[in-house]
Amino acid sequence: MTLFLAVLTPFLGAPLVAWLSRYSRTAAAWGAGLVALGSVLLLVSIVAPVLAGETLVQRIGWLPQVGLDLAFRLDGLGLLFAGLILGIGLLVILYARYYLSERDSLGRLYAYLLLFMGSMLGVVLSENLIQLLIFWELTSLSSFLLIGYWKEREEARHGARMALAITGAGGLALLGGILLLGEITGSYELTVILASGELIRAHPLYLPTLILVLLGAFTKSAQFPFHFWLPHAMAAPTPVSAYLHSATMVKAGVFLLARLFPALSGTWEWSHLVGGVGLITLLMGAFIALFKHDLKGLLAYSTISHLGLITCLFGIGTPLAAVAGVFHIINHAIFKASLFMAAGIIDHETGTRDMRRINGLWKFMPHTATLAMVAAAAMAGVPLFNGFLSKEMFFAEAVSMGTMMKFGWLLPFAVTIAGIFAVAYSLRFVHDVFFNGDPIDLPRTPHEPPRWMKVPVEVLVALCLLVGILPALTVEPILALAAGAVLQAPLPDHDLAIWHGFNPALWMSVIALIGGGLMYAARKPMFALHARHENRLDARRVYNALLEGLLGFARGLTRRLDNSSLQRMLALFVSFALLLGFSGWFGGGFGNNSPLTGPRALLPVDAVSLFAALAMAGVSLAVLKLHRQRFVALVMIGAVGLLVALIFVKFSAPDLALTQLSVEVVTVILLLLALYFLPQHTPAESNTGRRARDAVLALLAGVGISALAWAVLTRPYTSIADYFLENSVSGGGGHNVVNVILVDFRGFDTLGEITVLALAGLAIFAMLDKLRLEGRGCDDVGRAWNWDTHPAIMASLTRLLLPLALLVSTFILLRGHNLPGGGFIAGLITAVALIMQYLANGVAWTHERLPSNMHPLIGAGLAIATLTGLASFAFDHPFLSSTFSHVHWPIVGEFELASAMAFDLGVYLVVVGATLQILIHLGLMHDASHGPDACPIPSGQRHKAGR
Amino acid sequence: MEALIALLIGVLTTCGVYLLLRGRTFPVVLGLTFLSYAVNLFLFAMGRLAIGQPPVIGTGLPGYTDPLPQALVLTAIVIGFAMTAFVIMLALKARAELGNDHVDGKDGE
Repeated sequence: MTLFLAVLTPFLGAPLVAWLSRYSRTAAAWGAGLVALGSVLLLVSIVAPVLAGETLVQRIGWLPQVGLDLAFRLDGLGLLFAGLILGIGLLVILYARYYLSERDSLGRLYAYLLLFMGSMLGVVLSENLIQLLIFWELTSLSSFLLIGYWKEREEARHGARMALAITGAGGLALLGGILLLGEITGSYELTVILASGELIRAHPLYLPTLILVLLGAFTKSAQFPFHFWLPHAMAAPTPVSAYLHSATMVKAGVFLLARLFPALSGTWEWSHLVGGVGLITLLMGAFIALFKHDLKGLLAYSTISHLGLITCLFGIGTPLAAVAGVFHIINHAIFKASLFMAAGIIDHETGTRDMRRINGLWKFMPHTATLAMVAAAAMAGVPLFNGFLSKEMFFAEAVSMGTMMKFGWLLPFAVTIAGIFAVAYSLRFVHDVFFNGDPIDLPRTPHEPPRWMKVPVEVLVALCLLVGILPALTVEPILALAAGAVLQAPLPDHDLAIWHGFNPALWMSVIALIGGGLMYAARKPMFALHARHENRLDARRVYNALLEGLLGFARGLTRRLDNSSLQRMLALFVSFALLLGFSGWFGGGFGNNSPLTGPRALLPVDAVSLFAALAMAGVSLAVLKLHRQRFVALVMIGAVGLLVALIFVKFSAPDLALTQLSVEVVTVILLLLALYFLPQHTPAESNTGRRARDAVLALLAGVGISALAWAVLTRPYTSIADYFLENSVSGGGGHNVVNVILVDFRGFDTLGEITVLALAGLAIFAMLDKLRLEGRGCDDVGRAWNWDTHPAIMASLTRLLLPLALLVSTFILLRGHNLPGGGFIAGLITAVALIMQYLANGVAWTHERLPSNMHPLIGAGLAIATLTGLASFAFDHPFLSSTFSHVHWPIVGEFELASAMAFDLGVYLVVVGATLQILIHLGLMHDASHGPDACPIPSGQRHKAGR
Repeated sequence: MEALIALLIGVLTTCGVYLLLRGRTFPVVLGLTFLSYAVNLFLFAMGRLAIGQPPVIGTGLPGYTDPLPQALVLTAIVIGFAMTAFVIMLALKARAELGNDHVDGKDGE
């Protein structure tokens, strides 16, 4: 639970800090710092057993039924990474407070930063790999927000999008890899997977698994050929770069390599893929870094190069190389974070990052210069600084690996060249910026930054020196813990001393230092050469071409399928449905072993049914024939609906018949109201060919459905209905099984359905709000629709009918549990009764007596239904469990009360509310659409109208 | 009797699909109404046809028809009404905003 809280704390803190920043910038910084500190304290509280070498696994049941747990794991590796994430995170929070200008929202930056921090913690502390992947994707998303922080800048948006596209795609590959790992080992828990290395490596799916996992790691850690997103991510504010590109985001990839090291490493494929890609990235990054004039660009490519170094070490795959890899992760995080911060200070103070213009800053900021020089020395691998130690271990590993391979001498050779470049670009960083003449045309005069902006750099630089000089006292314990967790085996002998005697590694270091110095001295002709050949090979261009190609393909496909004609889309849709239907039909061996007609005994046809069926078919086809005369078509379709209700009556579905009947009334009234605002006739537009095509499609659809219905109706079947029939009375307390299913067995579905109904009512309200429709006072030949809008007899009758109708609907509602009826039907009857008032008495008259705002009614209905469901929690039953009992009321007699009836009341209210909402609104628009004298009354009719 | 029902479902579907493919909003709404009838009847028929056997316990009748498709169709009828209402209001809105009632909002194509 503690681990879960430690991961959760930054997520909870993010909105809090964003809110705090409304009050003051300092408050936001303190808030963010305290949140990070909270996570630190939570981890410290449980760290003791981990320091003793144990692995702590904590799990919280999430969906125990399907074996899904939230599982967290704290071991040496996780602890090391959590320390880097939180420690450097705290320094970055302090630094960002002074880096960001007043115009930028500090709260937003801190909120994103904390989201990212939580996601990273989740990655390094997950025991379950699926859970790890979720956090992994969260780091991609939150880094997208961070890189695009200056969202008004185009380069920031592009950089953010590119980072998301590349790392997101890698995340998908990783998902595949993790699923395969789960398939091979039967578990997603790291404990199991790390112990099944033999099984995984021997499995036929090993290679695809490895490639997919590596795709995830390489994209995240900016390894060749996916490295190009990292320099573009430099559009982020520098504190973000310092955080993402030193200790966190890009380290997630190498973390994964370290985490899965025992499971995947030790094969030919591993060493060649991981080692090869690492080596290429190491060389390429170091080479490009030298030629970058942008301060952050240099650091970005140097980061790529160092990540390549770490990847290469894991690729070499010996236990000692893994130790060196973990060591370099620590060292690189420390010196690179401080270098980015120093670069940020320089950018902040001079207003530019172009090293051709920033020169001679030593005179202006000696303090910052000293700090940056120490960090750069660590980056170059100068003795007495931390980078030297891990780099020397790397050299030694390269030599010993080289002796075991054909052409093995190439490896130390390549590695030394990379070392030369690293020294050269570090020298350039120091010499170009702090010496090399005077600054050229700077936007501002530089001076030392605020005191507290330097503190984080000082802390990190002090660590560089401490680790570099006293490795055994400072870093050895945590390194041993972390490396032990990576290897899942006893540590090899390693010696973190500065002096190992005159061995090949030392000579390689010496060559790198001298060669780097010489290369920097000869930089001018090299820069000129490079400038001529730059942009020859730009991975970004490949990425853009791929992206453009993909988008172009998608656009082309969309254009071809969709000419924004609904008719065409629907025709395509129906055609495809027919194709699928018929192919299923004939593909399933129709005709041979499965005849169309099944063996079920059929019901005899009686004369009345035959007549009704013929009438229905006739009316339907008449609607088709007359559909251009909209009013006629509408009246006739009402008849079809009534005949459908008769079918329900005939075949033992009284509830359906009642529902269909009342819905039909409401629908026809609704469509009549709407038709008023629409043209009364449909013009004949389609040509004969179009009509013939549609007729063929329609006929095929009809024939297909008929055949399907016939095939099903003539076959016997077994139903789960017996369960409902048997338990309806004993379990649900109702005799009307349909109603008991609705309000009890499947009450959750019904709750969803009335929610949909409520939403439809509200959506229609929103859609028609403030809409003014043109209505016509007269018909086509200039007559008013009606001279006697509200006939007195009808008005009186409906007023008399209202209480009776309401009584009937109450009766239907109450008896619904045992006899045909229920909330749906009762609601519709009530709605019809009230709508009758509007029709007969006019909107104005009814409006005075009935509230037109139905929102409270809908809300109350949903609330009652939901609360009825929730009430069962109070009795320790699942949602929507029902209960019932029989009470004896005076006069009424024996009466049954069921909690499901309260639910049905909710259904009733929603149905009444939504139906009235829709119809009343439309009715109101009628009155608003034309004035009382919209139609001049012909003189012969005046006396009638004057009544 | 089964043949009659199957035939009727087919006729309703044919009318529905044909009207669905028209170019003006009102016929399309009528087509959707037809399709609702057809789909509701089809779903209902999945419980097979039975005469005089309503699923109400204790009526003294010889048997019960399948109540489950009936419960499904009951809500489907009501939701169908909500859908029809929504679509027709959308048609009104489109007519007000676009000035015509063509489904693509393009008059005189």
